[in-house]
Amino acid sequence: MCLAVPGEIIEITDRDPLLRSGRVRFGGIVKDVNLAYVPEAGVGDWVIVHVGFAISMLNAAEADRTLEYLAQIEAFHEPDDEVP
Amino acid sequence: MRFVDEYRDPVAVERCAEAIARLSRRPWTIMEVCGGQTHAIVKFGIDRLLPGTITLVHGPGCPVCVTPVEKIERAMALAARPDVIFCSFGDMLRVPGRHGDLQSVRAHGGDVRIVYSPLDALRVAEENPDREIVFFAVGFETTAPANAMALRQAKARNVRNFSLLVSHVLVPPAMAALLSAPDCRLNGFLAAGHVCAVAGHEEYEALATRFRVPVVVTGFEPLDILQGIYMCVKQLEAQRATVENQYRRAVRREGNTEARRLMAEAFEVVDRRWRGMGVIPASGLAPSHAYREFDAEVRFPDHLEVGEETTECISGQILRGVARPNDCPAFGTRCTPEHPLGATMVSSEGACAAYYRYRGVNAKTA
Amino acid sequence: MNQSEPACPLPWDHDTILLAHGGGGRLMHRLINDVFLAEFGAVPPVGLHDGALLDIAGGRIAFTTDTYVVRPLFFPGGDIGTLAVYGTVNDLAMCGARPLYLSVGMILEEGTPIATVRAVAASIRAAATAAQVRVVTGDTKVVERGRGDGLYVNTAGIGVVPPDVMIAPGRVRVGDAVILSGDLGRHGIAIMAVREGLAFETTIKSDCAPLAAPVARLLDTGIDVHCLRDLTRGGLASALVEIAGDASVRIHIEERAIPITDDVRGACEILGLDPLHVANEGRFVAFVPAGQADAALTLLRAHAPGGNAAIIGVVHRDPEGIVTLTSVIGAERIVDMPSGEQLPRIC
Repeated sequence: MCLAVPGEIIEITDRDPLLRSGRVRFGGIVKDVNLAYVPEAGVGDWVIVHVGFAISMLNAAEADRTLEYLAQIEAFHEPDDEVP
Repeated sequence: MRFVDEYRDPVAVERCAEAIARLSRRPWTIMEVCGGQTHAIVKFGIDRLLPGTITLVHGPGCPVCVTPVEKIERAMALAARPDVIFCSFGDMLRVPGRHGDLQSVRAHGGDVRIVYSPLDALRVAEENPDREIVFFAVGFETTAPANAMALRQAKARNVRNFSLLVSHVLVPPAMAALLSAPDCRLNGFLAAGHVCAVAGHEEYEALATRFRVPVVVTGFEPLDILQGIYMCVKQLEAQRATVENQYRRAVRREGNTEARRLMAEAFEVVDRRWRGMGVIPASGLAPSHAYREFDAEVRFPDHLEVGEETTECISGQILRGVARPNDCPAFGTRCTPEHPLGATMVSSEGACAAYYRYRGVNAKTA
Repeated sequence: MNQSEPACPLPWDHDTILLAHGGGGRLMHRLINDVFLAEFGAVPPVGLHDGALLDIAGGRIAFTTDTYVVRPLFFPGGDIGTLAVYGTVNDLAMCGARPLYLSVGMILEEGTPIATVRAVAASIRAAATAAQVRVVTGDTKVVERGRGDGLYVNTAGIGVVPPDVMIAPGRVRVGDAVILSGDLGRHGIAIMAVREGLAFETTIKSDCAPLAAPVARLLDTGIDVHCLRDLTRGGLASALVEIAGDASVRIHIEERAIPITDDVRGACEILGLDPLHVANEGRFVAFVPAGQADAALTLLRAHAPGGNAAIIGVVHRDPEGIVTLTSVIGAERIVDMPSGEQLPRIC
């Protein structure tokens, strides 16, 4: 339903709370993105972008934990029943 | 690309699929709610790596597919007006109403423009003060904050020639409707990660308990989907039914509080008809009273009498997960992406289009 | 421009196209002389005539035509004039022909700036020079304002095919290697990047380029090229699906082997497009015997635009005529051609 893609904030261009926006890089291209919904995000942070809006900040530590969980599955270990 | 490529590693994918095969002892039917996940599953061939015990069914999570015919007809009527510039996401242009689609309106002289973001449509309005700009605001919870922001900015900047034709839908009521159907055979859900990035996943806890189904909030890359399936099967085999979050790098339990706040201000919850599924109570969003002046249906109050479509299309059963695209006698013959009978063939996220594109017409034997 | 004409009710010195420029009168001759002939080069020695008389060496003639309606007219890496020359030259090259002569037909919209027409004409000349072809005849029409996007170009081309060359889908054989001449999708993405409503920042330029020289290299080196196809609208997927159908074979490709730049990938991710469906204007696929695949690859890496040719697949027996792909995660699926216009998939 919702095509949303991770990108890296490379510049904040407008700091007005309503219009807060910046330039976000996806692979080799850059697009202007509204950042009003990720007020805590700054340059160097990764966000998930849908129809020109950052809807969520990407949590790198959680991303690593997901990959660790996958590594446990692959290694025939039963991961903890706790969520990954 | 970071946060993408590491979730497409073929060795990890193979091992994860093997782990699912080791884990599953009984047959399970799991629905991925989101059309984006359906697209990824068939594009990457993920379902072909799963053991025979796991059946994936494709849910109603494609806003293009579930937009009711009456809205498409209204969109076409508005787009045909000479005073209107009609702006839309690209996918919506091919969705058939009863007679034609937005592409055919454009061919007959309607000013129909594709935009990437609702804010692009707002810009068109500011650049064309002598025209009425209508944006076709479809989508799930993921898209609602963007449309809420377009309303908010239009009001703040007093843009008088801008309005939204809103057909927003909400996921949890649709899941409850699916689970309440007497022919429901779903054992578990992969919930849509990007919907939950906005709306959170608290609402699914009541569903999991009430219907005793596991719900795993899942991302969109191949390893995300496989891990979501793994976590769901693990719950099913252990006879547990809780909400788990596979997509923790993007989703928090409470979702995006800023986005939810503006959504609640700009929209109100209404009953909504879903194409192929009928009216589901409290399953849609409409502009709230404070934004009524930006509601295209208030601004252009011409009423169209529209009933549900009547064709041989079985998209309603497909959207409810009780049939698969290749169960349909018209699939790939009378119904193709060039000549769709129903919405699931129109949208590239629709289950039928995804099957057609990535499986071919001979999918029955595949 | 020359102001020495006698007083005359006819508007004479203009910076935009008028309907009268298509009327067959003086304005039209002036447009042809001052813009097209000036840009394309000298008048043929026999003078202007309704057709061109051409000398063709022995062998078979390849003949093709194509019409260009691209919007915007100018885009990063080229314009409609460049496309009009390379597109037709490439169609000839895909028959194994050495392109020689082009015709250029211009359909101009009333109100189009003369400067725009001149710029396109200059591009046509530059592209013809680069592709080593001559523009030898042409035509001009003007349509009313609102009936064309500035200008359209039609080109037709003639080339000579060496006697022993036979390139056609029917010659594709089981076991043939499928070689892609360079990375995918730059043209379609460059156009999309400047389209109203979708715009994004990128340094990406269209891949439009003439392909006759790398094809000539393959043939001159003795590669037994079975089939060639340039990848235009519909992308790699459409080209392969057409050939598989015509040759009644299964073409199997490896997604991981397909070169795609980071910018194209990034744009495809955010717009929800499949790079296999995105348009190219300077890329082709070649079907060659397995034993000559490495030699052909080496030649294409050195001489084909992009410089990153790759062997992407192999031909299997299957009368159904389909294309299959091993995805990046190692699962197999069918490749289909896109239906209609490439619409960004957003929600």
